[in-house]
Amino acid sequence: MFKRVLAVMLFSIAALAQPAVADAGRVPKPTPTIETPGQCVAPVEEMRRNHMEMLKHQRNRTMRMGERDTKVSLNGCIQCHASKTNGSVLGSRDNFCEACHSYAAVKLDCWDCHQPKANYKATASAPPTMGLKP
Amino acid sequence: MSDSKNTRRGFLAASATMAAGLGFVAIAPGIRLIEAASAQGKLASSKVRYGLLIDSNKCKSDCDACVGACATENGIVEKVANPRQRAQWIRKINLVETSTGKTHSLPMMCQHCAKPPCVDVCPTGASFKRADGIVLVDRHICIGCRYCMMACPYKARSFGHQALTTQNPEVPRGQGCVEACTFCVQRVDRGLKPACVEACTNGAMIFGDLNDPNSDIYKRIREVSSRQVRADLKLDTGVRYQGI
Amino acid sequence: MFTPNFRYKEGPAFYLLVAAGGLVAALGVAAAYYMEHMGHIVTNMTNQIPWALPHVFAIFLIISASGVMMVASIGTLFGKNVYKPRARLACLLAIALLAAGLSVIMLDLGRADRLPVALTHLNPTSEFGLNIIFYPTFLTLTSLYLWTLMEPRMNRYSKTVDLANLIWRLMLTTGTGSIFGFIVARQAYGTAVLAPMFIISSFAWGLAIFLIMQRVLYGWSNMTLDLAVLKRMKNLLGIYIGAVFYFVSVYHLTSEYYAKQGDFEHFILIGGGIFPMLYWGGFVLLGTLLPLLLIFHPRIWPKPGAVTTAAVLVIGGALCHLYVLIVGGQAFPMEMFPGMTATSSFYDGAIEHYVPSLPEILLSIGGFGIVFTIAIIGARVLNVLPQDDIAQLKASGSLTD
Repeated sequence: MFKRVLAVMLFSIAALAQPAVADAGRVPKPTPTIETPGQCVAPVEEMRRNHMEMLKHQRNRTMRMGERDTKVSLNGCIQCHASKTNGSVLGSRDNFCEACHSYAAVKLDCWDCHQPKANYKATASAPPTMGLKP
Repeated sequence: MSDSKNTRRGFLAASATMAAGLGFVAIAPGIRLIEAASAQGKLASSKVRYGLLIDSNKCKSDCDACVGACATENGIVEKVANPRQRAQWIRKINLVETSTGKTHSLPMMCQHCAKPPCVDVCPTGASFKRADGIVLVDRHICIGCRYCMMACPYKARSFGHQALTTQNPEVPRGQGCVEACTFCVQRVDRGLKPACVEACTNGAMIFGDLNDPNSDIYKRIREVSSRQVRADLKLDTGVRYQGI
Repeated sequence: MFTPNFRYKEGPAFYLLVAAGGLVAALGVAAAYYMEHMGHIVTNMTNQIPWALPHVFAIFLIISASGVMMVASIGTLFGKNVYKPRARLACLLAIALLAAGLSVIMLDLGRADRLPVALTHLNPTSEFGLNIIFYPTFLTLTSLYLWTLMEPRMNRYSKTVDLANLIWRLMLTTGTGSIFGFIVARQAYGTAVLAPMFIISSFAWGLAIFLIMQRVLYGWSNMTLDLAVLKRMKNLLGIYIGAVFYFVSVYHLTSEYYAKQGDFEHFILIGGGIFPMLYWGGFVLLGTLLPLLLIFHPRIWPKPGAVTTAAVLVIGGALCHLYVLIVGGQAFPMEMFPGMTATSSFYDGAIEHYVPSLPEILLSIGGFGIVFTIAIIGARVLNVLPQDDIAQLKASGSLTD
């Protein structure tokens, strides 16, 4: 009995000690490019912890109560955080949202609907026959 | 001895009941009122009811300016292989009266009913009516079941059949969710008019607050004869038509 | 011969059957994944016909799940001895059918990944939303009932649980019929007769599926069904078929009587191409008249395979009828301006032509694969094979002609 307990304890310590022992070969920590540092709506630690709650709360206020152009807004985030290289918050490991979310493997379905590019205006116009004939 | 047992039992029973009650409140967040409470200031308020008056006499059968403007404003510009799967929030309907041959032309979009069937049937409450009467789809909780598309008497809703990349940042829309005319809510919330109304060069569309005695629309619907499409369904639509 | 605690012999039959069912189910799931990934652009469901073949099959499976439990209730609640040994198989089939029907309809969702949202956000005015409560509770009650049947100490509760199950089923099927009954927008729907029509259809379809599955299990176990028992069951199926035809006829006759529905009824019953073909050829001829002949003709029904064929035809007729109701109801243009013909770029006033696409066909048939696989595995591990003690039935007077 004592031997089993000792074995389990040693195994646990060995397993837990792994990260401290070797960091090589693991996925590198994310390094998102911050285009306009120091101007976020809240301190970094608060943003890291709470940005999902802030966005979820605000989306309901915008959609159901019509509150727009507030301090917290997804488009506001995109304006500041879109990469200067491709104008978007998605695209590679350096882009702001994708960097941490691909590291943490938290799938984002925001971008199924929301436009990830800042200042985006569609250049195409509606197909010409859309208006009158099928 | 027995006294302390009873008080302990009583305490446990009371806290269990309270926990069950709190648990129910916590677990049932989705069972909520469809309309948001009215609020002061810029927020959507039930004191306002947005509506549209369309004069089909002024509407020309070969004009689709409203359709193009809607597409540009709301980013409905993607190429879709099958035109039957293409989203269309507003369309021009050309009518011919069978017995007389008289023609009419009018734009048809979400009628923003006061008793919207799409809101009744939506399983998650994603289809909802705002306090100011605008009927919207909350695409955060839409599961894409298309029941609202079956239920809409005006065929106003479209479905996102494919992945999109050309959305307008102010108008999120995407694959797998249902969408419809929003009265350009992103403009209305900022005091502007819907894009279709702005684009109409024939002056066929008037947009405004149906509850405001000083608004154009309030006065017009009391001067001219107008009706709601499928008025027999008693949905109390926000869109009214003149000339049909 | 009555074999208590019957168990199938080990052999390749089981694995072949499961492999066949599993393959069909897997193709369905693969098709659903493709649809989910690429979007519904790969299907032929459009803005004009948002609900199509997958919904036809899913609704058939779900309604049958409710109806097959009637086989059990006739035994437990109404005391008919012939049906008592059949209750367990009925429960297994109900669970399998419900699982399959729900799978098909949920895999077709535009955002199937949001199922947890559907489970936590409930709009109580939505029949679809209420089904989120109805279906899992039905599953629970059915499982509970199966337990009361299989656990000897719980046998005395089986009547009570079955009564609860019966009431719940009636509510559930009424609700599912009301999914269409509550739609005021389209000429095919918005009528109260749809709820009872779905209820009686559930009995017919459920019994048909039961008869087919029973035949499969008997074939697998080299047993035969006594003709006296078969006679009871096939008569019941015949009555159900007649009752379904009554309700469907009332639905169409009433609709045809209204002047405003005349064009729609003409489309569905005469001029609409595929829809009259499916209605008259599929539902009436092959799904109602031919099975009635096979069931009631005194020289035909005792022949091996006659009643099973009738059951298969009933299912085919059911799918045709549902297709006409669901797809036909959407193909006919919505009438917003009576007395006027409409044209637009959004296909107002135009009849929509729909042909199922391959992903939809695979997903729909995959539903049957799921039923079959669950039923075969369930029959293998559980003691559900219906066995009749003919001597005892005759003695108790349950098999009088």
